[in-house]
Amino acid sequence: MIDKRVASAQEAIQDISDNATLMIGGFGLCGLPENLITALLKKGVKGLTCISNNAGVDDFGIGLLLKTRQVKKMISSYVGENEEFERQLLSGELEVELIPQGTLAERCRAGGAGIPAFFTPAGVGTEVAEGKETRVFNGKTYLMEHWLRADFSFVKAWKGDYSGNLIYRGTARNFNPMMATAGKITIAEVEELVPVGELDPNQIHTPGIFVHRIFQGKDYEKRIEQRTVSI
Amino acid sequence: MLDKIGIAKRIAQEVRDGMYINLGIGIPTLVANYIPKNIHVVLQSENGLLGIGPFPKEHEVDADLINAGKQTVTMMPGSALFSSADSFGMIRSGKVDLTILGAMEVSENGDIANWKVPGKMVKGMGGAMDLVASAKNIIVAMQHCSKDGASKLLKKCTLPITGLRCVKKIVSDMAVLNVLPDGGFRLLERAPGVSVEQIKNATAGKLVVDGEIPEMKI
Repeated sequence: MIDKRVASAQEAIQDISDNATLMIGGFGLCGLPENLITALLKKGVKGLTCISNNAGVDDFGIGLLLKTRQVKKMISSYVGENEEFERQLLSGELEVELIPQGTLAERCRAGGAGIPAFFTPAGVGTEVAEGKETRVFNGKTYLMEHWLRADFSFVKAWKGDYSGNLIYRGTARNFNPMMATAGKITIAEVEELVPVGELDPNQIHTPGIFVHRIFQGKDYEKRIEQRTVSI
Repeated sequence: MLDKIGIAKRIAQEVRDGMYINLGIGIPTLVANYIPKNIHVVLQSENGLLGIGPFPKEHEVDADLINAGKQTVTMMPGSALFSSADSFGMIRSGKVDLTILGAMEVSENGDIANWKVPGKMVKGMGGAMDLVASAKNIIVAMQHCSKDGASKLLKKCTLPITGLRCVKKIVSDMAVLNVLPDGGFRLLERAPGVSVEQIKNATAGKLVVDGEIPEMKI
């Protein structure tokens, strides 16, 4: 067994320095590596480039890192629901690159699959296509998009074992599996960390080879953005 | 004129048994409420779920189970969960039969603008560009005119484009229209109490009116 356990989120991120590029899993606040974000806040590293589908809300998720001005650039597909984000964007303090959601997912996947570029129809004829190579396949125009890779990838899973094998739950899977593959160092936080042999190999979503460090998170808040119920 | 629910009810009539469907945020989400019971479809949520069920009861709320609008949802029997990469894989490869989304403007050749208004805060395109670039069949739910009466069915979009030549059908508060392959909006149905003349006046792009135009049945 290769034991990838670290004691805490703080230990997991101890070698992250200013200006690092991070991938942060999650869709909205669902499947968010909460403990790692809190550890980053405490560590206070600055100039971060964050690749994440969204930018959190004002008082949760990546929104917390914006408040402390630790983020230099966001690479995302949708960034509403955050006043501090808007203020920093309008004042020029924060750089933002918006990418179609499917392209963002595939660029992360490509980064973890050793594929430097690919062609997608998303964004053809829009401002997303500006300056990008296009090619026609079977009469349809496609855009060339490049892989994304990160110094560190932060992912959140439901269960994991000491070797870094991961299982996600519900729609908390979202961007986590691709981001797990695209980090030079991938750190996984899980709700339940178990010894090797306890997870069914048939059920593993992310094989442990992609994960470098793993720990059991604590005090999960799992905040809900739009609690919608039927009566 | 139709209200939002009227538009949703009319679009629900376009749904066929066995379809996989992606519903956008807003009026498109309402369509799910008006699909007849004998028609079986599977709703896709681009954050990674096939088989969206109704909103949960209070005791069923699960933070790990949301739709693309970040609302809590439930799963239908036979649901499947997957990553965002798989989700957009099924979208790009044309597995989703019908995409229903909102629009700020549509042009007479089927271009759509629905993600950005210059001068206003830009929130991002989310999955809209991926969806419109690949969907086989796109129905747009929209208001025919802006609040100050300006047409949103145009010769050419004025707002930043989301996708080119992709809209097949429009259901507005005033009419049902097809986008013709060679350009132009073909009027198919009028909303209750709306005349062809009113629709003509509210459509800035080329409008094709062929014969008698029936009133919608809602």
